[in-house]
Amino acid sequence: MNINDYINSGILELYVAGKLSEKENQEVYDLMLKHPEVLKEVLEIEAALVKLTASVAPKKDIDFNTIKGRLNTNDTDGKVISLNKPKTKWFSYTGWAAAVVLAGGLLWTLNQNSELENQIQTVTTEKDFIEIQMETSKTDLAETKNLLNIIRDKSIINIPLEGQAAAPGAYATVYWDKNDDTVYLDLQGLPEPPEGKVYQVWSLTLNPLTPTSLGTIDEFIQDDNKIFKLENTNESQAFGITLEPAGGSVSPTLEQLYTLGALASN
Amino acid sequence: MDLDTLVVQFKNKDEKAFEKLYNMYKDSMHGVIYNIVRDNDIAEEVMQDVFIKAWHKSDSYDVKKGRFFTWLINISRNAAIDKTRSKSFKNSGKNLNSDYFVDIIQSEDSLDDSTDAIGIKKFVNKLAKKCIEVIELLYFKGFTQKEASEALDMPIGTIKTRNRNCIKELREAVL
Repeated sequence: MNINDYINSGILELYVAGKLSEKENQEVYDLMLKHPEVLKEVLEIEAALVKLTASVAPKKDIDFNTIKGRLNTNDTDGKVISLNKPKTKWFSYTGWAAAVVLAGGLLWTLNQNSELENQIQTVTTEKDFIEIQMETSKTDLAETKNLLNIIRDKSIINIPLEGQAAAPGAYATVYWDKNDDTVYLDLQGLPEPPEGKVYQVWSLTLNPLTPTSLGTIDEFIQDDNKIFKLENTNESQAFGITLEPAGGSVSPTLEQLYTLGALASN
Repeated sequence: MDLDTLVVQFKNKDEKAFEKLYNMYKDSMHGVIYNIVRDNDIAEEVMQDVFIKAWHKSDSYDVKKGRFFTWLINISRNAAIDKTRSKSFKNSGKNLNSDYFVDIIQSEDSLDDSTDAIGIKKFVNKLAKKCIEVIELLYFKGFTQKEASEALDMPIGTIKTRNRNCIKELREAVL
């Protein structure tokens, strides 16, 4: 057999087309193994036809992954249930629309919930604040009642202190409870001390004039009702208040005497 | 990798080898199928079914009986023709005209700008009608030599030599 004649007969083109008998197919196969030029010819015919047929395909690249999942099933006949397209689309659109509405609803609900939680938080804070105010008011009331009781107590000596040269408009009152050696000072009528200065309270005996410090009023500005409690174990005949440098002085600075008052002589 | 080796691995259910074969031949099968069904969605679906069928029936392929490409193209053709005979296809009102594959190639949208595509377009533009008919019937439609000779009203021997010459021209254009 002349191989070139065989090739030129056109039998290999029919072989690739699949139009030969089983016997002829076997013959071509054997010749391909024996004669490289036959194999080469078949490969070229095939390559040209692969390109030609591929050029007819719609321009859409369909990835292997689209069929990969179906390789390990028993889907042998490859039948695919044909779906009614318009219906599918309608269902699909409705589904998406429902999903969008649902998502919107969820967001709205979440938003509402968050708003309500904020409101609850605000109300809780307000409630806490009001409770604190009530507590403060109760404490204030108790303190005030206590003060009132002190003032009304007949054993307490009441000494008004008058404004002096340093502060003519100033005034104060001393309530002296001799039974428990305590003085209550109502300093409502004193101006706020300047920075770095404090009021110092003095107990005085008159003949000879001897001042004894009862202490300094360190929290004058912070205190709301301007009532202060100090210990007094002296046989006081008068009380004075001077403005002194912070920490107090050993003896009163008389130029800074703000208020002074003596016990009623009896 | 050697085609014969890939085919052996494919017969041993090697998914990687099958993926390579798929990428080598998917466009060709897509083209053959599309030429028959003339519908993008249906062609895509049939093409995928063909490869799945090939995977499951890999045992039935025998290298001694023909080329893998030939085997695949037979499955594709049959699946596409089956599809055109199905109820759903007929109900879809598809009007299958008797246009040849060249009409698809010559239409704008089926071609990209690759050199292969340009070569093929040149080829089909200067291709004699007798070549178009023979290639269409033997490769795209799967006619036997005898059926083709009857359809084209020419002797069987003429079909064989004419086909040989037409494929020769194609090879010159695209290889």
